[in-house]
Amino acid sequence: MGDVLIFAEHQGGHFPKTTLTAVNAGLELAKKRGGNAIAVVAGDAPEALAGEIAKYGVSKVIALAHANLKNYVADAHAAALAALVKKAGAEFVLATATAVGKDLAPRLAARLGAPMASEITAINDDGTYIRPMYAGNAMATIELDGPVKVITVRGTAFDAAKPADSAASVEKADAEIDPSAAKTEFVSFNQTKSDRPQLTEARIVVSGGRGLKSGDNFKTVLEPLVDEMGAAMGASRAAVDAGFVPNDLQVGQTGKVVAPELYVAVGISGAIQHLAGMKDSKIIVAINKDEEAPIFNVADYGLVADLFKAVPEMAEEMKKLKHS
Amino acid sequence: MKILVPIKRVPDPATTIRVLPDGSGIATDNVKWVINPFDEIAIEEALRIKEKQGGEVVLITIGQSTWQEQLRTGLAMGADRAILIKNDAALDSLALARILAKVIGDENPELVLLGKQAIDDDSNQVGQMLAEMLGWPQATFASKVEFADKKVTVTREVDGGLETIAFNLPAVVTTDLRLNEPRYASLPGIMKARKKELKEIPADSLGVDLAPKLKIKTLAAPPKRQAGRKVGSVQELVQVLHTEAKVI
Ligand SMILES: Cc1cc2nc3c(=O)[nH]c(=O)nc-3n(C[C@H](O)[C@H](O)[C@H](O)COP(=O)(O)OP(=O)(O)OC[C@H]3O[C@@H](n4cnc5c(N)ncnc54)[C@H](O)[C@@H]3O)c2cc1C
Ligand SMILES: Nc1ncnc2c1ncn2[C@@H]1O[C@H](COP(=O)(O)O)[C@@H](O)[C@H]1O
Repeated sequence: MGDVLIFAEHQGGHFPKTTLTAVNAGLELAKKRGGNAIAVVAGDAPEALAGEIAKYGVSKVIALAHANLKNYVADAHAAALAALVKKAGAEFVLATATAVGKDLAPRLAARLGAPMASEITAINDDGTYIRPMYAGNAMATIELDGPVKVITVRGTAFDAAKPADSAASVEKADAEIDPSAAKTEFVSFNQTKSDRPQLTEARIVVSGGRGLKSGDNFKTVLEPLVDEMGAAMGASRAAVDAGFVPNDLQVGQTGKVVAPELYVAVGISGAIQHLAGMKDSKIIVAINKDEEAPIFNVADYGLVADLFKAVPEMAEEMKKLKHS
Repeated sequence: MKILVPIKRVPDPATTIRVLPDGSGIATDNVKWVINPFDEIAIEEALRIKEKQGGEVVLITIGQSTWQEQLRTGLAMGADRAILIKNDAALDSLALARILAKVIGDENPELVLLGKQAIDDDSNQVGQMLAEMLGWPQATFASKVEFADKKVTVTREVDGGLETIAFNLPAVVTTDLRLNEPRYASLPGIMKARKKELKEIPADSLGVDLAPKLKIKTLAAPPKRQAGRKVGSVQELVQVLHTEAKVI
């Protein structure tokens, strides 16, 4: 009892930081509920990757193999994992609330008849959990009843797992997937090309909003600052909807949640839906020409200025700082 | 094509949400209630598919009698009829999905379009749970839905780019923000909506397990972030970030 199965998501042959976050949250959950933390790597040939994750403090890794697990699709993955959960007798299944985690976990929960908590930010000792609701305007304490429970964790609320002294053993398991659970065909993945750090992994995030006025301005005005700071680029929904930047840069309630050491909001008003995705950043800077903009209510440092003047100046100052 | 669209009533996204002092819920005195924005997008998508291919768009909501208001709004947008599954107590996502699965068994739609997430509970669960209960394929976070015969191809907003998947109907699709721009209800639409069928069914008559396995014990206001200070120039900003905050 109390065993935690951690879904170790991989992308393009490696584990993103969000997977190490899941591992760490899984270790904490296993400790608090008195069980073992077991990582699961699913794929058509997952053994090599399974060996990688074995170094992060889990007590065992299961390499769950099947041809239908080559690309991530919800139905086949849910079927394979549900069978494994039952066989392993695990009490919890845990994943990070990435696009894959959000897609998979509820389907898996339904297959197991298990309740699910989405995007928890804390695991309490008394068996309860904390999760944000209403775009982060309310923090709910929740309870899950049942022999099996499914949980996704918010990536920013837990640290990434660190390599341990020794590696756990890897066990290979052939997944059983009924043909009725393999109805989805993966067609293609059109990856946004970028040499910049990933939004959810970066130490510094610089985000632009509608104030940038065009995609061209993102390129010529904002990007030089982003690169001078070695930052990841983010955006408000307004900027994404207007087509200035790709959708996966959206920060907020219905986009990505980030909590870097430094978040710079440029030409973003600070709507509650945007704040929901960045207000746990360590230091927040806002550059906005409207001194009444709500973003200043959460900013540690605010600069009331025209961004078209201030942003190039800041890039210049950053360059000077680097060379001093 | 017959399309079923489950919709939820939520506070207008522009509302300031306040947690009640006793933690039992949120203050609702000044709340304006609307259709969950993602569900509006689902209704719009259903209407566009119907406009192209013909068929029927059926709305369904699981909630209190007052939620009729949102069903009427959806009917005014152009949906054909609506079902209210009446239930006053709070349900968890599993129970909601079970109810939807039961009704879908009776209604037999080829496509179910839901929002990706309700902006009050921010759960992002019901569509995926429903798809599993029905044994249907799912496409969450859809930004494009295309049909060729009985085959559906969906572009999804995922981490790092756009993914395309395909499957045969029947299926469950959940909407993302960029799928479409929902229409407003027109005046003639509002007039017509009054005469459209709105059926009410008590949830406890469906014979599904409604007991919640996820319970909200209490709500609390989030920790408040202190506003900092304004700086006078870009030079000062870079200086304080370097020497005071030590983040660059
Ligand atoms: C269901 C739903 C979900 C949503 N999800 C999200 C989400 O996940 N993420 C998100 O960001 N939003 C989300 N939103 C949208 C949100 O409500 C706001 O509309 C959006 O965040 C506004 O983006 P913005 O700040 O870029 O634009 P605006 O609010 O238009 O602000 C632009 C700002 O730029 C400033 N500005 C203009 N020109 C200059 C200049 N030259 N120099 C300096 N400053 C300038 C202006 O003063 C203004 O403050 C959601 C909304 C809904 C209804
Ligand atoms: N009470 C409800 N009645 C009908 N549909 C609902 C209800 N709650 C949620 N939904 C649907 O499920 C979607 C996802 O909701 P959630 O999983 O709660 O975030 C919503 O966008 C709606 O389409």
